Amino acid sequence: MEHIRTPKVEQVKLLDRFSNKSVTGTLHLTATHLIFVESNSTSAQEIWILHHHIASVEKLSLTTSGCPLLIQCRNFRLVHFVIPRERDCHDIYSSLLRLLRPVSYDELYAFSYNPKQNDQEREEGWQLIDLAAEFERMGVPCDQWQLTDVNREYKVCKTYPRDLYVPITASKPIIVGSSKFRSKGRFPVLTYFYQEKKAAVCRCSQPLSGFSARCLEDEHMLQAISKANHNSRYIYVMDTRPKLNALANRAAGKGYENEDNYSNIRFQFVGIENIHVMRGSLQKLLEVVGTRSLSMTDYLVGLENSGWLRHIKAIMDAAIFLAKAVTVEGASVLVHCSDGWDRTAQVCALGSLLMDPYYRTIKGFMVLIEKDWISFGHKFADRCDQLDPDPKEVSPIFTQFLECVWQLTEQFPQAFEFSEWFLIQIHEHVHSCQFGNFLGNSQRQREDLQLKERTYSLWAHLLSEKQNYLNPLFSPSVAESHPVLEPSTQAYHFKFWRNMYNQYDRSMHPRQSILKHVLTLQESKRELEGTVQALKTKLQKFGVSTSPLKPQTPPRERSLPPRPHTGGERTVEGSSATENGYGELMGSFGSKNEPGVVTLEFGVARMTC
Amino acid sequence: MELSEHIKTANVEDVTLRRPFHPALRGTLCVTSHHLLFSDRKDEASWQLLILLKNIDAIEKRAVGSSGTITIKCKDLLVLQLEIPGMEECLNIASSIEALSSLESVTEMYPFFYRPSHLTLNGPWGLSSTEQYYKQTERLWDRWRVSTVNSDYSVCPSYPSAVIVPREVDDDKLIHSARFRQGGRFPVLSYCHHRNGMVIMRSSQPLTGANKKRCKEDELLLQAVIDGSELGYIIDLRSAQQAQQARMTGGGFESKSFYSHWKRIHRHHERGKVVQESLIKLVEACSDPSHSVDRWLSKLENSKWLSHVHSALSTAGLVVECVERDGHSVLVHGSEGTDNTLLVSSLAQLILDPASRTVTGFLCLLEREWIQAGHPFQQRCAHSAYSHARLKQECPIFLLLLDCVWQVWRQFPLALEFSEALLLRLAQEVYASNYGTFLCNSEQERCAAGVKENTHCLFQSLLRPDIEEQYLNPLYEPTDLAIWPSVHPQSLQLWTGLFLRWTEYAQNMEEAREEVWSIVKEHHEQAGPDRTNNTLSTHCDTLTSFENLMDELTIL
Repeated sequence: MEHIRTPKVEQVKLLDRFSNKSVTGTLHLTATHLIFVESNSTSAQEIWILHHHIASVEKLSLTTSGCPLLIQCRNFRLVHFVIPRERDCHDIYSSLLRLLRPVSYDELYAFSYNPKQNDQEREEGWQLIDLAAEFERMGVPCDQWQLTDVNREYKVCKTYPRDLYVPITASKPIIVGSSKFRSKGRFPVLTYFYQEKKAAVCRCSQPLSGFSARCLEDEHMLQAISKANHNSRYIYVMDTRPKLNALANRAAGKGYENEDNYSNIRFQFVGIENIHVMRGSLQKLLEVVGTRSLSMTDYLVGLENSGWLRHIKAIMDAAIFLAKAVTVEGASVLVHCSDGWDRTAQVCALGSLLMDPYYRTIKGFMVLIEKDWISFGHKFADRCDQLDPDPKEVSPIFTQFLECVWQLTEQFPQAFEFSEWFLIQIHEHVHSCQFGNFLGNSQRQREDLQLKERTYSLWAHLLSEKQNYLNPLFSPSVAESHPVLEPSTQAYHFKFWRNMYNQYDRSMHPRQSILKHVLTLQESKRELEGTVQALKTKLQKFGVSTSPLKPQTPPRERSLPPRPHTGGERTVEGSSATENGYGELMGSFGSKNEPGVVTLEFGVARMTC
Repeated sequence: MELSEHIKTANVEDVTLRRPFHPALRGTLCVTSHHLLFSDRKDEASWQLLILLKNIDAIEKRAVGSSGTITIKCKDLLVLQLEIPGMEECLNIASSIEALSSLESVTEMYPFFYRPSHLTLNGPWGLSSTEQYYKQTERLWDRWRVSTVNSDYSVCPSYPSAVIVPREVDDDKLIHSARFRQGGRFPVLSYCHHRNGMVIMRSSQPLTGANKKRCKEDELLLQAVIDGSELGYIIDLRSAQQAQQARMTGGGFESKSFYSHWKRIHRHHERGKVVQESLIKLVEACSDPSHSVDRWLSKLENSKWLSHVHSALSTAGLVVECVERDGHSVLVHGSEGTDNTLLVSSLAQLILDPASRTVTGFLCLLEREWIQAGHPFQQRCAHSAYSHARLKQECPIFLLLLDCVWQVWRQFPLALEFSEALLLRLAQEVYASNYGTFLCNSEQERCAAGVKENTHCLFQSLLRPDIEEQYLNPLYEPTDLAIWPSVHPQSLQLWTGLFLRWTEYAQNMEEAREEVWSIVKEHHEQAGPDRTNNTLSTHCDTLTSFENLMDELTIL
């Protein structure tokens, strides 16, 4: 609290990003949030911005109406305040500068956040996802794959989890030898096992091959992976980098596998760009979609120039290649990039999601993230800029993964148990530092921070509001008949994800949502069925068989309950002319009152505090 | 020349048909005066494909050894391939298709021959007339009247025989005003807003010419429209520069000094050839699967189709803003007043008027604002995206309207009573149809050709209950409010249902749509027809029946 000099400023204006509209209200600064409360009592909207969400604060030069403060958030919110007095503005500005740069993990919100659960509930929350059970579900350990305790003390690889699965024939000396030949010690381990063909998806980092170095243990390791699969005589080694990048790495003593040294491998580059390219691409994309009065031409040209969708397609292509190799050819695949925690995580996770319907359920998707991203050491703290920022380490790698999944939900509307709001909510919390799951860079670091004792799990929280994230069109029977998704990679399937990157620009969103409507219908149906069931039970208590009751119930007996306040009617009113800026009729409409506020879709603009 | 004389080979056996995402089929191909018929040779459940020759936009012939391949590109964007054994047969079929798919004479077209058993030709044609519309719209009675000054189509050849004009303006003034407007399209009423009585008028450009001619009667007519209220808006669908240039060729715009109570706003809209070329480029981009993402985006941008959608919706939004929020009347016109003018005025009505969002209301809107108002369908829809023929007056403005309506539906999926299926059906019918609705260029031509006496009306047939059901939106919940669409480029999308209609993608979407349908249906069955009741009364009802049962128990 000592950083907050001015906890409250009144008469602050909030400008809309895309129109000339503004609202006036009060700005509050707390230890965790920046809160804006609109003064207009009828439709008083509140905006809660978590300090961790703030990416940058900018004080613009003084204007006649006050001092503008521009705040950019990691969840793609951009707010533009005008504060009447420059001193207040400066106080808020300098407080925020301090608050959004926590110096130690203890300052993160997760360590002070308390959802009023007792210790037992918290522990249960952490036990929801059990990776050992997940490997068991895949059929591991089995006669070819075993659990190794080589990394029990994080001695072989600091960024891997303790429990790792390797081929039966890979002995400890082979593992240790291989790990010494791999960047950051990340030797090849199992991440997904395709039981039907006994084919494995393994991951690792690049070999330290330089121009000519080789390592017998590493060659042995790959041989062991190959031998563990009787269906195929070869394994694929997918280097997810562009060839040029891999070549350049050789000069630094790193590089890629030489096919001459490894027997029976098929080596393949897939050309996903590195974290720096991705960071730049997102920045360009956001610039385009944040432009005022954007023309269609500038939008499409900007979208193209950002290259964002091209990168998304590259990741998708790689995942499809992986899924095909495993499910069609029955071959095992080893995936790596440089360090094996960015592109590798993207491709392994997305590939598994294509192959296994379980990962397309709510619970399964949590497991997938927990496995391929959290436990295998995707550097969330660095990539999401949680602490001690190094701008060169920040990159939207995980966001891209979520987007790839979204692109799939658009192509296969019935294949996923969850809707896009689930993805958006996860994205929100990856950056919120409100829950312990994504803190830190590796499993080991998380243990040091005692996250399970001191913070809460996001998964429990999301499961408690599962209703909000369901996809009403989900059809488990489709999953049974088509377990493996075969997405089309035609260019026109790759669309801009407006509900993510413009999620807070409410004037852009559809005013009515089919998804929400159908969910409401299903909800009310469930309620009615519940009522009927309750009444039946009551009747049975009186010893009456319920069947003769049916003809007596009038057909209009069960009807639509009032829709929850997120319903469609209000949102129609909310769509208004000024937000859309059709016209240039300056001044002539100024005096008209705006109709009520649009209520946002599920999951958006709601902070759990 | 009899149509049948174009047919040299009527039947070919052993033809292979290839369609996207379907296995190839072998069967018999027949050419008739108006159709191409393919039926496969399987004995049981033989499958047939019937294509109106008018639906064929372009064909390409290719010789492979002794047989030939004809690629047929339809106006509804379907592309088919026929492998025909025998070069001569192939060439004969191709030339028949070429000749019969581009008939010029209206009365030779299929609607004049279409005689389904369940329809009769006698009886009223169309859904409504100007007079009926006026009679039904009580808010017009006070200040507006129906004028039959154009009953013999001499004042304005492209207008219907009756139009709605201000009550205080007599027919004589209308005749003068018509002489001052291109094509005689003097300002007439298009829509009167149910909330505030403000109106949308439409016309063509005034013929002010280089020396700034004026027409007192035209000025009085517009003065009568705003009737004492201080201001009206003229939305000119050309840029200010284009409007200036139009004066050189006899056209022009309403000058501030003569129309002092009207404020003019210019909005640039592309027209004619440019829009047609957009469609051609867009369809070409959609049908090439080899594009990279970057190339696709660049092609999509280059087609400019979405830019047209964007400007149409923006200008319609502007009109609605004037009428609904600002409370002023509006006059919309471009040059001829038969294309973009109709596009903007009808979109504005869809946004403003809940009555035009029902199936009947929407079809009535199309009938009033497009068919009767004289959109030259025959010229505009002679060819679609594939034709190599030199463009004459083709322009897919009506398709653009359907696309814009689809965008509105995307943003307000509960507000329209009809579904995407209706829009797709219309997109098909406007280019090739069994019905006479989209024939000819104006009411006058339709009269002369005897369309009403000799063809069936599409709109009437769409409204037959069993047919209409296919086009209903299961989620429809009427709202009285204006539905302002967002026009941010991020909010507009490619109409995949139309432009990617024949891809595998469409199938997934179709399945998902069916799922929505079944959820809603299931719910309706459970909830019963009365959907306004709330939970409380539901529970009360249930309890009542429960109590009844208890009573019975006691009796027992």
